[in-house]
Amino acid sequence: MVPPTSSATETSSGITLNVNGEKHTLPVDHRTTLLDALRERLDLTGTKKGCDQGQCGACTVLVDGRRTLSCLKFAVTAEGREITTIEGVADGGQLHPVQQAFLDLDGYQCGYCTPGQICSAIAVIEEHAAGWPSAATADVRPDAEPAPLDADEIRERMSGNLCRCGAYVAIVEAVARAADEVRDGRAQTEEAVA
Amino acid sequence: MTTATGTTRATGAVGTARTRIEGLDKVTGAARYAGEVPFAGLAHGWVVVSTVARGRVRSIDDAPVREMPGVLAVLHHGNAPRLQEGFVGTLGPDPVAEIFQRDRVPHVGWPVALVVAETSEQAREAAETLVVEYDTEPHDVAFDPRHPDRYTPEATVQGPAVTEKGDLEAELAASTVVVDELYTTPEQHHNAMEPHAAMARWDGGRLEVVDTSQGTMMTATDLAALFQLDPESVHVRSEHIGGGFGSKGWLRAHNVLAVMAATVVGRPVRVVLTRRQVFSLTGYRSPTAQRVRLGADAEGRLRALDHDGVSLTSTLTEFVEATGGYGRAMYEAEALRTANHVVRLDVPTPTFMRAPGEAPGSFALESALDELAEKCGLDPIELRARNEPAVGPVTGLPFADRELLTCFREGARRFNWEGRDPRPGVRRDGRWLLGTGTAAATFPAGVAPSTAAVTAEADGTFTVRINAADVGTGARTALAQVAADALGADLDRIRVRIGDSDLGQAWLSGGSMGTRSWSWAVMAAAAELRERLALSAELPPEGITVRSDTTEAVGALAERERHSYGAQFAEVAVDVNTGEVRVRRMLGIFAAGRIVNPLTARSQFVGGMTWGLSMALHEEAIRDRVSGGLANGDLAGYHFAANADVPVIEADWVHDPDPDDPVGIKGIGEIGIVGAAAAIANAVRHATGVRHRALPIRPDRVLAAAGAVPEGTTRA
Repeated sequence: MVPPTSSATETSSGITLNVNGEKHTLPVDHRTTLLDALRERLDLTGTKKGCDQGQCGACTVLVDGRRTLSCLKFAVTAEGREITTIEGVADGGQLHPVQQAFLDLDGYQCGYCTPGQICSAIAVIEEHAAGWPSAATADVRPDAEPAPLDADEIRERMSGNLCRCGAYVAIVEAVARAADEVRDGRAQTEEAVA
Repeated sequence: MTTATGTTRATGAVGTARTRIEGLDKVTGAARYAGEVPFAGLAHGWVVVSTVARGRVRSIDDAPVREMPGVLAVLHHGNAPRLQEGFVGTLGPDPVAEIFQRDRVPHVGWPVALVVAETSEQAREAAETLVVEYDTEPHDVAFDPRHPDRYTPEATVQGPAVTEKGDLEAELAASTVVVDELYTTPEQHHNAMEPHAAMARWDGGRLEVVDTSQGTMMTATDLAALFQLDPESVHVRSEHIGGGFGSKGWLRAHNVLAVMAATVVGRPVRVVLTRRQVFSLTGYRSPTAQRVRLGADAEGRLRALDHDGVSLTSTLTEFVEATGGYGRAMYEAEALRTANHVVRLDVPTPTFMRAPGEAPGSFALESALDELAEKCGLDPIELRARNEPAVGPVTGLPFADRELLTCFREGARRFNWEGRDPRPGVRRDGRWLLGTGTAAATFPAGVAPSTAAVTAEADGTFTVRINAADVGTGARTALAQVAADALGADLDRIRVRIGDSDLGQAWLSGGSMGTRSWSWAVMAAAAELRERLALSAELPPEGITVRSDTTEAVGALAERERHSYGAQFAEVAVDVNTGEVRVRRMLGIFAAGRIVNPLTARSQFVGGMTWGLSMALHEEAIRDRVSGGLANGDLAGYHFAANADVPVIEADWVHDPDPDDPVGIKGIGEIGIVGAAAAIANAVRHATGVRHRALPIRPDRVLAAAGAVPEGTTRA
């Protein structure tokens, strides 16, 4: 039985989760993962459970902008964090460029790993823009020129998200296209500001 | 009504690239899979599985667990409702579905109890607390093709166990060139990303099940039989399916136990298998050992072809991985023998997995042909061309069509095969040895009876109702395209309803027969509706509905050798100092019927080829002889191809409409994997001079073989 919100017990606590810009106050069993809290308590079932042990990436969400495996994070540790799930990555009715690219280029088949892939890809583009290297980066010296986000970089950076339908070829194309669009969008915004 | 068996050539939607109808739902997280549909009062079931490989459950100490917070019930063989004994499902007898009916434990990971609780956390803790004691017996899980208990089954699901033509031994003895080798493939698991899940509830005297099912009609029919219910009272829905690959057709622990628990506790119950449980409860591809003997004359013409495969099955039931079937309609030979054998062990029950029989069977035979080509000094494509059969080599039936060599010609051109230096181990790129390989592919082009209904709605739109399943193939979109052309209507006026047993009988998503079987029924109903509409002045408020049933038309198809074909090409780089094999590029050219949606079809072909790469280099479930369980039964231990393993893979097709299908479809779900692993193994041979006959081609195997490489090519 779920205990009342008002008081914490030995096995549960009342917490507030900030998900996709909305605050949700709810009692949670201390054993509840962030993944199960999203799916079972907040009815945000876009985040998927593929293995429940951090091996497949289907549960990837953004926590304070960084990709996080929500199956390996207890819900009670997510208080005060800004959580973004697949339901929150679009800008109102406007799909995120990564979403649109997956749709247009068929970067999926069954769709079950897709929310995790998309959340990961959004973070990959940011990580790359911030100069983070990957195992595929040839020159990792701090003063090295940033490596372009080419296919090998995308493959390496997206390898934490398994896809059993075998849609990787189209996923790489989709992430590359979206990365270009995000970069172009930023350049235009900067121009406008300047 | 009558169904069209002509070859109507609609133009318009079919053959043009379309994004998926449900695509927006899938990229926004709105698409709900079986374990995600909310129900008021939902309870959660957690499966407890056996930890021993053979024996009996001596006791289950459920009393303390019943007292744990939130626990509603603990079900096991001592208290479970009785199911139909000797249950026979749509696909035959299936003791695997008879869960909690006896104390016998047939393998590690068999369901012995189900804990039902208010929350999944409560159910899981109670399940992990439950103490189950066993009387154990010695077990045997070691697959050995010479196992003393191996036997030849009466038949396999895919045809006779054995076929024989001509005097094999005499032809082998008279052959100038002989290849006689053993090829092995390991236990492989489907691992659809969505673990098996089902919700069951009783609602107004009807059983409603939300399942992850490749065919809801089969699930509904089989549940009715197993639980001894009126078939009309069982309703199964499956709107989105997170991959299946053959593992989501049978009744298994998730749906059987959801129904059982909902019946006992009188509430909706959801049962979701853990990833580890998926490994032991939902089937897998048996390991195989295949002896291939080829005998040819000096020009490479086959005198003898013998393909003899062994696989394993469980003590519960017989499932045969029919590798020996691959060679039955592929190549001409004076004497041709194909055979399948099986051995029963204390292991989980294997099942259909993407291209059952053909995937491992093609690895063996297409590798052996590469060996023969080398011995004959022939290009491997030329060798295949010299052994093209005029009629079915076993059946003597004419081919409906056969475009294998067209695939090779187109593939060779695009892959730059022409002028390839056949010498192994002579190309180098830094630390990498480079090689290229090719292999043929084939898969049966089948069709099964289905029913459909198409309604012309009063508002000018159309509704197609057919109990298809979309496991990721894009079935909704393809069927909308077929209907649009048959109706002469725009695609955006077509609505497609699938995945619901109330829609009636239709073939399941399997055997590469889904889109073809469903399209035929949709085409038939839509074509007649179009004729009716031409005659009616105006539509009644409820619209006009036409139903079709293709049983008669499908049954009237003439007996032919009906197959899809393909030519697979791969380039690999091998580092013999680390044992690493990297696939640099793959190309597959297919003759697989009319392609309804090039966008989603390419995804299926490339996905299948990705499976082939994964099978060649990575996948291997390792069964521990001592415990009887898997040493690597999760997604960290069982590696299938990740993004960084997969290079540019190109798939394309040649014009090959099926001559006897109203839309020209053949089916494309499985052929992409066929031959792909052989093409890679052949490329590794070309790169290194070493022939790998055991999959996967692991680094340790490459290193162990490096000593056998011709001098001067092993070390940089």
